Amino acid sequence: MKALIQDDTERRIVLRAVDLWKSYDEGTVAVLKGVDIGCFEGRAVALCGPSGCGKSTLLHLFAGLDFPDQGKVWVNGAEIKRGSNLLRLLRHEVGFVFQLHNLIPDLTLAENCLIPTVAAGTDRRTAKTRLMELAERTGLTHRLDHRIQKLSGGERQRTALCRALMNRPKILLADEPTGSLDEQSSSAVFDLLLDLVATEGTTLLMATHDRSLALRCDRLVEMHDGKIREHAYAR
Amino acid sequence: MIFLKLIVTNLRRHRIRSLISVAGIAFSVAAMLTVVTILQGAIGMFSSILSNDSEIIVFERDVSDLFFSNVPADAAERISSWPMVAHANPVLFGIVSSAGHPIITCFGVTPADARIEKATWLLGDRNKFAQHEDDVVLGERAAQFLSAALGSYVPIGHATFHVVGIVKTANGFEDGGVFMPLASAQSFFHKEGTSSVITVKLRNKDDAVTFKAMVKAQYPNLIALDDAEFTRSYSQFRILKATAWAVGGCGLLLGGLGVANTMIMSVFMRIREVAILRVNGFSHVQIGGVIFGESAVVSLSGAMAGLLVGSCFLYALKMIPALDGYVDTSLHPLLMMVVLLLALLTGVAGALYPAIYAMRIRAVEALRFE
Repeated sequence: MKALIQDDTERRIVLRAVDLWKSYDEGTVAVLKGVDIGCFEGRAVALCGPSGCGKSTLLHLFAGLDFPDQGKVWVNGAEIKRGSNLLRLLRHEVGFVFQLHNLIPDLTLAENCLIPTVAAGTDRRTAKTRLMELAERTGLTHRLDHRIQKLSGGERQRTALCRALMNRPKILLADEPTGSLDEQSSSAVFDLLLDLVATEGTTLLMATHDRSLALRCDRLVEMHDGKIREHAYAR
Repeated sequence: MIFLKLIVTNLRRHRIRSLISVAGIAFSVAAMLTVVTILQGAIGMFSSILSNDSEIIVFERDVSDLFFSNVPADAAERISSWPMVAHANPVLFGIVSSAGHPIITCFGVTPADARIEKATWLLGDRNKFAQHEDDVVLGERAAQFLSAALGSYVPIGHATFHVVGIVKTANGFEDGGVFMPLASAQSFFHKEGTSSVITVKLRNKDDAVTFKAMVKAQYPNLIALDDAEFTRSYSQFRILKATAWAVGGCGLLLGGLGVANTMIMSVFMRIREVAILRVNGFSHVQIGGVIFGESAVVSLSGAMAGLLVGSCFLYALKMIPALDGYVDTSLHPLLMMVVLLLALLTGVAGALYPAIYAMRIRAVEALRFE
């Protein structure tokens, strides 16, 4: 941990959790057991570990979708707790990509991507410019008016990535973003993900099972049984 | 645009269910429109009978129905002699029956009454009315269903009457009614020396307040109301109006339950979608807006369809000869506005619980929902 801080002395910590505890089913299923973690601005951090170790829960807590039983969470310097301005968090601070793309099937690719801009009240022209920019970078320009059902798995996940980045969030949380894709698509989507966060200066915290992908991030955090086991530089 | 698409998308996704909800609201609106229009038309016609060439009605105070009102005959004579009165005519209402026709409205009137004076006489001579005790004048429709011709004798109730005229009036009750000389009607209905009401025309409408005060002072058991007051306060009209709105309201309630059912199903079937919207920054208000928007589209579509169906149904009723003059099919813009507003409110009320449910969906739990 000391080495990490030394290396990132110029960078700000944008995601931080201290002594996080979280359990489900009235405390009978403990998922997080005193997690401490910090992510530096602009870094790509992979969160590895077996299923059920608490990776998704940790991401949900950072997105304000759930709250810890104990401990504190800060996103971009602001503590996330009940009563916080979660709308601002979800509209401007954080973008979320799921393992299952979670797109609305009856809408077109473009309409799905524009949903966060509708929520944030972004003016139409700005939203459209941003959409075109992201569509071009993800190679989806020719698919903008296509419905989600007509897209391949990789295209759907790239659409989900575009949607998450529409409002230029400072942080991207990705929960197994390539988990439902074949190896080739998975690699392509992951390359795109890394490229996008790097060029946009976005901080990435990504849960994944795939160690080969995780090793391509700036940092790898190993989780096991609700605890952080190991921090390591991946590259 | 996308917000609107989110609203419409779900309705299109479950077309049959949406159409059933629209149909529910449409039939409710059509029922309410039809019932209220028919009853308001009937009330309007009955009012117009009373206000024929007059602006004030004098009748027995606290009487539940004008058919039970007893106004002394001498009151009409004395009132007509008051300086502000142009004319005052006693009218006796009664219901008689004839073979195959259980209800025929009967009007006991004087020859000076506007119903006789100003009616369009199709057959007969108005000057011959009330020359004999058994003289009657029939409305055109009454003459048709009684198969009566000028000069013929028709059985009405327990007696037989001589038809001395057939008149045409725009009012269904009058057109399907029988006009008797007042004295004959008093005798026929065993109400000698009384009338049901006195219809009064003033020389100057500004004297109405003075006139009412004089009636109150000189005839404490009578009440004088101008036509508008009478229509507003007459208990029978109020009961009819309340019944019409209650029946229509029940219809709308059923329609609202249909909308509620649709919206509940709509929310339950897309919990995950609501969660996606939440994760992408939709506020509770925006989520509620989508749900209420859906119900508003259903309600307004249903209301518009209902107005169309109701109008067609009223038009069809008007085409039935037997109802000619009884059914006023003219749709009042205010009534249409009220019905539209009620349909919209019903839809919103129906979406209330589903919207609250949707707003309370926790994204993190809903995203696990398959």
